Amino acid sequence: MKIACFHLMPYRDLPDDFEKKHKSAWFTLPFDGIADRHKVSQYYNWTLDELTYAAKSGFDGVCTNEHHQNAYGFMVNPNMMGSVLARATRGTDTAIIQMGETAVFLNPPIRVAEEYAMLDMISEGRLVAGFPVGLGGDFSYSYGMAPMEQRSRYNEAHDLIKKAWLSKEPFAFNGKHYQLPMVNIWPKPLQTPHPPIWVPGNASPSTWDFVLKHDYSYCFLTYFGAKGAEHMVNGYWRRAEELGRDRNPYRLGFLVPVGVSDTDEKAEAEYGHASEYFYHKGLHLPEQLLAPPGHMSHSSLTHLITKRPFPPFSELKGMHFPQFNDRDYVVCGSAKTVTQRLLNIIKTLRVGHLMILPQFGSLSHEKTMENIDRISKGVLPHLRNVWDNENWEDHWWPKSVAQQQRAAA
Amino acid sequence: MHKPRKKVIPVLGGALEITVNIAGTGKPLLYLHSAGGYYWDDFLDGLADHYKVYAPHFPGTAPGRPNEIDLVGNLWDVVTAYDDLLDGLGLKKVRLIGHSFGGLLAAELAAHHPKAIDKLVLISPIGLWRDDAPYTVANWCALDGNELMDVLFYDKQHPRVVRRMTPPSVGKDAAELWQVHLMWTLGCTAKVIWPIPDKGLRKRIHRVTAPSLVVWGENDKLIPTVYAQEFGKALNNAEVMMLPQCGHEPPLEQCEILTAKVREFLG
Repeated sequence: MKIACFHLMPYRDLPDDFEKKHKSAWFTLPFDGIADRHKVSQYYNWTLDELTYAAKSGFDGVCTNEHHQNAYGFMVNPNMMGSVLARATRGTDTAIIQMGETAVFLNPPIRVAEEYAMLDMISEGRLVAGFPVGLGGDFSYSYGMAPMEQRSRYNEAHDLIKKAWLSKEPFAFNGKHYQLPMVNIWPKPLQTPHPPIWVPGNASPSTWDFVLKHDYSYCFLTYFGAKGAEHMVNGYWRRAEELGRDRNPYRLGFLVPVGVSDTDEKAEAEYGHASEYFYHKGLHLPEQLLAPPGHMSHSSLTHLITKRPFPPFSELKGMHFPQFNDRDYVVCGSAKTVTQRLLNIIKTLRVGHLMILPQFGSLSHEKTMENIDRISKGVLPHLRNVWDNENWEDHWWPKSVAQQQRAAA
Repeated sequence: MHKPRKKVIPVLGGALEITVNIAGTGKPLLYLHSAGGYYWDDFLDGLADHYKVYAPHFPGTAPGRPNEIDLVGNLWDVVTAYDDLLDGLGLKKVRLIGHSFGGLLAAELAAHHPKAIDKLVLISPIGLWRDDAPYTVANWCALDGNELMDVLFYDKQHPRVVRRMTPPSVGKDAAELWQVHLMWTLGCTAKVIWPIPDKGLRKRIHRVTAPSLVVWGENDKLIPTVYAQEFGKALNNAEVMMLPQCGHEPPLEQCEILTAKVREFLG
């Protein structure tokens, strides 16, 4: 079992009436007038401190991610964060999990091939290369590309990056979206043939097929908890079987916001505000901004609108901490309770890569550090061995130079 | 009420098919719909009393053929496809009307193939740009249903508006599928104009030779009304008409005045 610490890098101090005064926490929210620049500077440093502390406290990896023009989480270039983390954890086995730099946001996308290779060098072979499709609003509103091009650009960018890593000779690339006369990147990654690839998603069957076809690891990122995710994750495992893939739990990652208290009773006081802040303010996002028309394929759009597999974000506003915690949207309680609930999630969904979000919403730096400490001491040790009896190998975990040297010695 | 029949015409060397709705008799008239999609309204019905109306579905928006949009990469493909469509329909010269997004396509087609266009009518077209009057696809794509109603119409209670914008209630998932179709159509049309519909028409519009009529609703909240005069100036030979008590959808909100004016102009 591998457990990583995930961070969104949110704005932590939005005013109480924020969601009543503004249409969205994303895309249309002005920075000036909302954000305190000194606080933002502090947030980036806290984020790095929190992730570094998690690595030192026993998490197996640290995860960064990319979003734009919002107060929800604005790590606009995860590779800048990743390179600081790589250096801060030098000499350890901590995986640097980029979830990731979003290739379709960049032109040309070989920039991702180059930066990931550089990060693999700096981290001495500890990089996990995340290949997110990217949020529709980020792609189309922040970065100005037509929603209908996202999937096709993604597929093409992926092929280009892989070829840039694997090709022994310089080559010309004549794509539908990208044309490059000489692809010949320096450096290539330290890990050969390339770093492990993880693909985050939220239950799109076309992403499952992509992941399984290429034999990558899938990370299910949902805001709606493990209980609601079960039938979707079952769909992933069914599809894996259909495509002849094994049931190796390391094919699946799952993200959970976690808060550990001394007792179950104290959890609401410690994590109630942060949870509600996350769901009420961070996800204050009208659907048409989240996914502009054309972002989804016709079949996915039809499925979404006729079946409504997720509740609309607006429904979250009527929910409060007890419901979020009951439904596993967040997992908060004593270390014992959290351990049991996480074990249940891990086993039910067959999760090999658990990603824990110890900072969410308004949770302060001090509380976050305390939470990381409690998770590391009281929870992680009880999750580690959960898959040991099945003897699976994690093919999607980086093989760092340090590990290889130890193995050789 | 006319009952349009559908005809499928191969374009782009057979790589793509365009589905055209055809009704009426008389001289040929090509109508290019807005970003909201094809809809046989009273305006088209009135025109079909006097002309043979050809109203194509933009690629990807014809019933049951959503993935045809994959065969269109950019605006250039669309203009070429519509020029091919004229050939495919055997039309040497047409009266051309375009509304909003369709107005951009009509202006582009008239600039690309000026000899094929007899008369041009642009109803609240997009496609030009002024720094002091910005608009983007987000003006309509980033809105929810209620916001879209507010921005599109002068009078949301107008019976024609209500008829157009009320989802059907009969049939399995009818309202949901109506919503899917609307969103998909917005996505298809947005594909060739994202994020700002200024794709260089200003450099080409001088090529239009057809006498032109530009029509705009005085209360258009979607596309600034200054563009009425902007199109009027950019076209060689254009008349501009402003419609009172009218938003972005003159065919719905001022159908009678619009029909009479267009009839008079087209002859």
